[in-house]
Amino acid sequence: MLGIVRQKMLEQSLKKIPPAVSVLRSYSSAAKQMTIRDALNSALDEEMSADSKVFLMGEEVGEYQGAYKITKGLLDKYGPERVLDTPITEAGFTGVAVGAAYYGVKPVVEFMTFNFSMQAIDHIINSAAKTNYMSSGQISVPIVFRGPNGAAAGVGAQHSQCYAAWYASCPGLKVLAPYSSEDARGLLKAAIRDPDPVVFLENELLYGESFPVSDEVLDSSFCLPIGKAKIERKGKDVTIAAYSKMVGYALKAAETLEKDGIDAEVINLRSIRPLDRSMINASVRKTNRLVTVEEAFPQHGVGAEICASIVEESFAYLDAPVERIAGADVPMPYAANLERMAVPQVEDIVRAAKRTCYRSESREIDSQHCGGRS
Amino acid sequence: MNSASCAAKISTQPFSLNPTSLTSHDNPLVFPKPTSLFLGSTRKLRLSSSSKLNLHRRSGTVVAVSDVVKQKKSKSTPSLLITKEEGLELYEDMILGRAFEDMCAQMYYRGKMFGFVHLYNGQEAVSTGFIKLLKQQDSVVSTYRDHVHALSKGVPARAVMSELFGKTTGCCRGQGGSMHMFSREHNLLGGFAFIGEGIPVATGAAFTSKYKREILKEADCDHVTLAFFGDGTCNNGQFFECLNMAALWKLPIVFVVENNLWAIGMSHLRATSDPQIYKKGPAFGMPGIHVDGMDVLKVREVAKEAIGRARRGEGPTLVECETYRFRGHSLADPDELRDPAEKAYYAARDPITALKKYLIENSLASEADLKAIDKKIDEVVEDAVDFADESPVPSRSQLLENVFADPKGFGIGPDGRYRCEDPKFTEGTAHV
Repeated sequence: MLGIVRQKMLEQSLKKIPPAVSVLRSYSSAAKQMTIRDALNSALDEEMSADSKVFLMGEEVGEYQGAYKITKGLLDKYGPERVLDTPITEAGFTGVAVGAAYYGVKPVVEFMTFNFSMQAIDHIINSAAKTNYMSSGQISVPIVFRGPNGAAAGVGAQHSQCYAAWYASCPGLKVLAPYSSEDARGLLKAAIRDPDPVVFLENELLYGESFPVSDEVLDSSFCLPIGKAKIERKGKDVTIAAYSKMVGYALKAAETLEKDGIDAEVINLRSIRPLDRSMINASVRKTNRLVTVEEAFPQHGVGAEICASIVEESFAYLDAPVERIAGADVPMPYAANLERMAVPQVEDIVRAAKRTCYRSESREIDSQHCGGRS
Repeated sequence: MNSASCAAKISTQPFSLNPTSLTSHDNPLVFPKPTSLFLGSTRKLRLSSSSKLNLHRRSGTVVAVSDVVKQKKSKSTPSLLITKEEGLELYEDMILGRAFEDMCAQMYYRGKMFGFVHLYNGQEAVSTGFIKLLKQQDSVVSTYRDHVHALSKGVPARAVMSELFGKTTGCCRGQGGSMHMFSREHNLLGGFAFIGEGIPVATGAAFTSKYKREILKEADCDHVTLAFFGDGTCNNGQFFECLNMAALWKLPIVFVVENNLWAIGMSHLRATSDPQIYKKGPAFGMPGIHVDGMDVLKVREVAKEAIGRARRGEGPTLVECETYRFRGHSLADPDELRDPAEKAYYAARDPITALKKYLIENSLASEADLKAIDKKIDEVVEDAVDFADESPVPSRSQLLENVFADPKGFGIGPDGRYRCEDPKFTEGTAHV
């Protein structure tokens, strides 16, 4: 919240400054690059130093410096009582973290991948998400579950599932999926400060990617609001809604589409639950066409929910059927070429956008070429 | 009750259908004769061994148990285990539990209570024996059989009864129900329907107690957590995971197994490779104690030791209480699989009758005192029912309340503002 206010103030102050000086300003404030890994690490570090109730728990978070090095350096800084290496007992340690959260401390539980959270899903849903309701507000659970989600490279079926839809269907949970470093920092800080259980879905392949960050993102009180999406690229012909890694693909698709004269608007959902339906609907009412993109299995997914929301609220504004791009409806194969077919690619998004603009062949012909949709 | 020296006996008191074996209870030197354990039989392994034999077999870590036994022997002759006040407190608590549960059964059959209701009749000694030794800030985590744990911990009978009726004056305003009793004030952390779910949560509460003392520097925080669960849960993975973590991090927790021999219709012996649950404690590095759960004084003695250990920071303990539920698993259970002879055997060991006998024989209370307590509790339970009857059902706006501690979690509405800021938000339908 504070971050947004400061951003507005910064923009206003920039407008008042004469052009030459403002160019210099924008160079210096946008020059810094930060990887997602550093963004998450710095967010954890700052939140732990600000509040001694925050502690980390998970496999390999301490001495191994984090399975993906997200928690690097934190054990040395905060000691083994606040950065806990756990035994390999997802159900057990997740329940322990939830029980601790009942008493007001703020655990950040790391799952090595969200696939392993399936062993602990009983505690995430039944002991964490539902408790504030069952106890009628007596016991709130300020816990964060974080870890990489979705497909990585060549890791096979049991390490590649995306859990956004599963967790987002459960009332009592908040589900966040950052894309850029700014998202990662702001949303993780918001999640740690939030008094409710938050599922924070990162992406392993994005950890090493750099994004530009402004000075106020680097400020230790920077925080993004939960429940608000972001328009990454303004456009007027078609809306492309995506989350996590697919936002990057959608932006690339938008560049390709621009050459063909289609001006795409890309929405970075940021928050899967609560979903920012009002922003998506407002965008569709402007562009009249929608493509949803996700890496997950297609049935009962995030795209299905967005489509239902549009049909309920903005049906009269649609000029074309909603296009839903998702992963293939198969467990993730291992072979590299099959894996590429099982995950949406930029070309799939481009084709789908063109279909909504009636610029490409019909669906039947298209589906022979395209592996990345149901 | 007279064999006070056997309070922490590390042996099982076997029940067997063979009438001659009933006398072998008193003879500690009967060696195990394995009877048929297969499929549907209610016979237990007739293992009885003296405390001494078992102690030799134990590893060195189980010092606490032998201390209790030694302590018992020195106290057994002249002094009594409880004072008059304590005795009456224990009696009243157990009578409250029993009367309340009986009233629950009545109300259920009259249609005022619904869903799943699991009654605690017969197991009162465990709840009273342990919980009455706790402070307000200590926590209790229970299962779906939690009415009596709530009452022993101090939640008013009115609040529990209203919760069962689904009224807004219940301890969770009707949103939890029979299986989900929570009370922040009394540190009752539920109430979990999944077996084994409460054990990690209890371990977490104990973890917080330690965290508060060591990291947040609240120096006097010595809160203990009790986790209650059954025999069926002891085959669940989460149980073992938590025994490991609690011993590893030396958490102030006591794992209390209410072994009533039956998990719905599954006999403990049919489900478990080694039915002696207390033995699983030393495998993880904590003491494992078996106690007669139908005797509140024995339970109390063991509880004192285990809770004291936890409070001093010496780590967790596993206590197996051999007990029995007089009714079925829930009010929907026809209870056809249990042997009537077994039920009669345990009915004869009713903990309330036993305590009553002890109090009267040792001149701690008179019949009149106890009758007065019976009458008082009857009135309390009647009053709870009347209160619950007269209480209102939850209002419509309560449906959407308390999903989130921060209601912005309901997201942004079509007008671009947070839904929770709209004053009509909870008055409408459930369309979110």
